[in-house]
Amino acid sequence: MSASNESFFKTVLIAVSLCLVCSVLVTSSAVILKDKQKSNALLDKKRNVLIAANLYKEGIDIEQAFASIDQQFVDLKSGQLVELENAVSYDQRKAAKNIETSHKPQKDIARIGRQANIASIYLVKGEQGIESIILPVHGKGLFSTMYGFLAIKSDKKTVIGLKFYEQGETPGLGGEVENPKWLALWQDKQLFDDKGNLALELVKGSAQNQYQIDALSGATMTTRGLQNMIDFWLGEEGFGPFLSQLQTNQLVKKAGA
Amino acid sequence: MAENNATFDKQEAKKVLFRPVFDNNPIALQVLGVCSALAVTSKLETALVMCLALTIVTAFSNLLISLIRSQIPSSIRIIVQMTIIASLVIIVDQLLKAYAFETAKQMSVFVGLIITNCIVMGRAEAYAMKNPPIMSFIDGIGNGLGYSAILIAVAVIRELFGSGSILGYTILTPIKDGGWYQTNGLLLLPPSAFFIIGLIIWAIRTWKPEQVEDNK
Repeated sequence: MSASNESFFKTVLIAVSLCLVCSVLVTSSAVILKDKQKSNALLDKKRNVLIAANLYKEGIDIEQAFASIDQQFVDLKSGQLVELENAVSYDQRKAAKNIETSHKPQKDIARIGRQANIASIYLVKGEQGIESIILPVHGKGLFSTMYGFLAIKSDKKTVIGLKFYEQGETPGLGGEVENPKWLALWQDKQLFDDKGNLALELVKGSAQNQYQIDALSGATMTTRGLQNMIDFWLGEEGFGPFLSQLQTNQLVKKAGA
Repeated sequence: MAENNATFDKQEAKKVLFRPVFDNNPIALQVLGVCSALAVTSKLETALVMCLALTIVTAFSNLLISLIRSQIPSSIRIIVQMTIIASLVIIVDQLLKAYAFETAKQMSVFVGLIITNCIVMGRAEAYAMKNPPIMSFIDGIGNGLGYSAILIAVAVIRELFGSGSILGYTILTPIKDGGWYQTNGLLLLPPSAFFIIGLIIWAIRTWKPEQVEDNK
């Protein structure tokens, strides 16, 4: 290292040129790989939908398995299915950030800040009509907002499965929300009691009946977040209006058909 | 002259490449980079990807830093090193997201945390700043191998005895799947890696007593 390296000019020159080179490298790698990453992320999302709906097996063709699944859009306030012009590119998470396409929940128990006006849901079609309904849910846990899918049967109250595709909770504690063994406990639990009130509870100790699920041990805050998430998304400001209107015994017309 | 250089290089290169595996292991002797060793070793697959990522980053950061080492003003050398390392890590992270999405998701922040992995920074500062590019590159690979050796050993133990499988293939059928093996839950939690690394360090130092520090 010669002394000339230490001059003010040289220092600035090296710093600036290094930053330029590095930023070009980083940007180009991000741009070149963007498409590949996007299709991966989409495939991953579809896979998670399939897992939530209990339709996923190791090694299946995801696109093929997805053929019986219909993407639909729900206006959360009215609970009606709506058609979207930009259906292919609609991103509920992006819409939630845009002031024009989102609103503040009145009682934001899931601590999500804003929610999109329109939610993108999935319906699994069978010969008898809709077999299951897959709803996107998200809510704040301890550190992160957890994003996932909740699949319910056509009776609109029996859980098929829950699957998170994004969360940043404490690994080993709150992070266990991704543990398939724990998620399997959700299967066949009842969301609503006979009177139609939200009844599903995460309880400490051991679950006694079909309305209770064992809470995650060592993850009180994450569990509380989960409970709030369920309460919010199945309540009046979530999919409550939609679920009460949905007729599951008839085939839902495909958008545009 | 050129011939002389070549033979000299070969021996030296061999030493630089293999010394970090047992004699001067970054984890076992220098005790660097332990955090990620705890985090990604519950399964062999994530450990392998992490090893590959770290080896690539260390090798190329060493190479690049060594190439420009005579131009770097010493007042900003740490920042220069960090910038190069950080850029490489971002590129590796982007590549993983594009070609190994699921593994990338499991490793979440730990790929990004290679930036702060003491091994990369340590080799850049201790070796690449003083040595020519090719040797620095080899040094990076060697240290990556040393890191990998420990990580793979830990991951094999943790996955085999924690879940009864290796790379997802069942070796010891666990009781819950109708087999005979009672899985050891502790091994799936990060602290177990501490014990295993401790035992490995003990074993290496028994084998090579010169690594034991003097009791002052």
